[in-house]
Amino acid sequence: MSKATREPRHHRVPGHTGARGAVRPVPGFSLRRALITGGAWLVAFVFLAPYLQMLLTALKPGEELFRTPPTLLPERWEWSNFAEVWNVAPIGDHLRVTLIVATCSTLLVLLVAAPAAYYTARNAYRGRTAFLLLVLVTQMFAPTALVIGLYRQFVALDLVNTYAALILVNAAFNLAFSTWILTAAFAAVPRDLEDAGMTDGLGRIGVLVRITIPTALPGVVTAVIFTFITTWNEFVVALTLTNSPDRQPLTVGITAFIGQYEVQWQYLFAASLVAVLPVVVLFVFIERYLVTGLTAGSFR
Amino acid sequence: MTSQSAKRPGTGRRRRPARSLGPLPWIGPALLLIFAVVLWPAVEMVRTSFSEIALTGMVRGPAGLDNYRTLLAEPELVPVVLRTVVWVAGIVFFTVVLGLLLAQLLQQHFPGRRVVRWLILLPWAASVVMTAIVWRWMLDYFYGLVNGLLTRPLPLIGPVLDGPVDWLGQASTALPWMMWVAVFVSLPFTIYVIIAGLSAIPQEVYEAARMDGASAWQAYVGITLPMLRPSILIATVINIINVFNSFPIIWVMTGGGPASATDTTTTFMYKLAFVRNDVGASAAMAVVNFLLVLVVVLVYLRIVRKRGMEV
Repeated sequence: MSKATREPRHHRVPGHTGARGAVRPVPGFSLRRALITGGAWLVAFVFLAPYLQMLLTALKPGEELFRTPPTLLPERWEWSNFAEVWNVAPIGDHLRVTLIVATCSTLLVLLVAAPAAYYTARNAYRGRTAFLLLVLVTQMFAPTALVIGLYRQFVALDLVNTYAALILVNAAFNLAFSTWILTAAFAAVPRDLEDAGMTDGLGRIGVLVRITIPTALPGVVTAVIFTFITTWNEFVVALTLTNSPDRQPLTVGITAFIGQYEVQWQYLFAASLVAVLPVVVLFVFIERYLVTGLTAGSFR
Repeated sequence: MTSQSAKRPGTGRRRRPARSLGPLPWIGPALLLIFAVVLWPAVEMVRTSFSEIALTGMVRGPAGLDNYRTLLAEPELVPVVLRTVVWVAGIVFFTVVLGLLLAQLLQQHFPGRRVVRWLILLPWAASVVMTAIVWRWMLDYFYGLVNGLLTRPLPLIGPVLDGPVDWLGQASTALPWMMWVAVFVSLPFTIYVIIAGLSAIPQEVYEAARMDGASAWQAYVGITLPMLRPSILIATVINIINVFNSFPIIWVMTGGGPASATDTTTTFMYKLAFVRNDVGASAAMAVVNFLLVLVVVLVYLRIVRKRGMEV
């Protein structure tokens, strides 16, 4: 089993970490190497800096924020900001909305995309190209581009300010990515393995659940995590389709800090970090499969 | 497989309803979701753009091209469209060029490469809204880190700026900063696509070139760039679509202001509907916006094809 799950990985990410790197002799100290190392770490710091600033600001007591010239480090490290933020704004509500919407959208995407991807990967049916093209076109329609139409549609359906609206929209616009990556993942599952399952009398659904999905697991996990993160971070649709704090996700909720008379940056960023940290950790897990998934559809 | 029996529904020993219906049970739910939540609002949007909409949101009746006329009569329209072109072209260009450079760098071997690659992912994983807000805070006139650092006296050269600058208060500085933030959040994806492209180039090609006495630069221009074409193409097209539709950065950092001096077609469209309450004109703007994206992507693909780049 472990061999079967591992093989498609190498297959789909050719030389990501590079087998050829091991062949090249690693020199001792050289100026070139020092420059590359320094340069790369400098770049990494530039990418980290805004989030570091987020953290340092979140740890300052209110009065330290408004100083000129601004200070870099907090003089007093106010860890209690992370506890206090739950009281100054309905962060708990926002977090609940974000969690519910992201979880349900992801489940819906999986439920809808997995059968479609599986069938498309395994069969040359009539309209297959048309289906893939349709999926590709939805990628062209970013939710932002359609936000006026979405708003009018959900007003007509009387679904404004509901979980259902957010779940449906997020699921629909994440369908393309998941369908692509799952189609690629299922196509990479060896047919013999499935045929063996059929012979053993598992039936088509049984084969799908017991053999195909476990074997295509890296692709499935990537689709799941990527959908979850995209929904978690979604802003425009939630901004447009919700109007009360108990239905607004974190992305919209934290902008409420800005509208107030004086921005409470320390709480704003404490809340932001609550939103950012979990998905960053998840993202690292799917790092190596991301590109395959994002580009697979474009080659078709 | 046992597909011969598929044409006779209900006769098999095992239940096979899926077989008799063909692909529909499998792809049907996906189609339903796409039609209900992507195509329906698209149609609704086009319909709205040709309708007269009351303030309550009710359709009063057909409006012909009235909404488009209102839009064209809008004095802000031309500057906004031109700014959008600069916005998209500038961001995509710098993203791809920097992406090529950084992918090359991260492809080298150095201590901590894994960690560096993880850190590069941060702006991709984190919410764009939150990234934009922290930049807004760093660019704050009084308390922002950027003004703080630039007005601090440095050894030998003194302070870079004599006094603080209101970076986000005027279009001439707000736009470049917001474009930078857009490049910043677009880079991780771009870098990863190009790294994947670089990894797929067989090493032997470079060895052969080295034998022939090609310099590193010649190898890059003669081998790496041509072989990266598919990756560059995908990165460019996806970035064009994303940047065209990028909304949170401008919305959070300047709100399109002062007045509408930093609006793009996307934020302008949003303001037409939800600030000025002119849903009809907003829908017209959205339709124009979508056609713009389509035209830009098609023109780009055409140029690329013309140059004989095989994809």
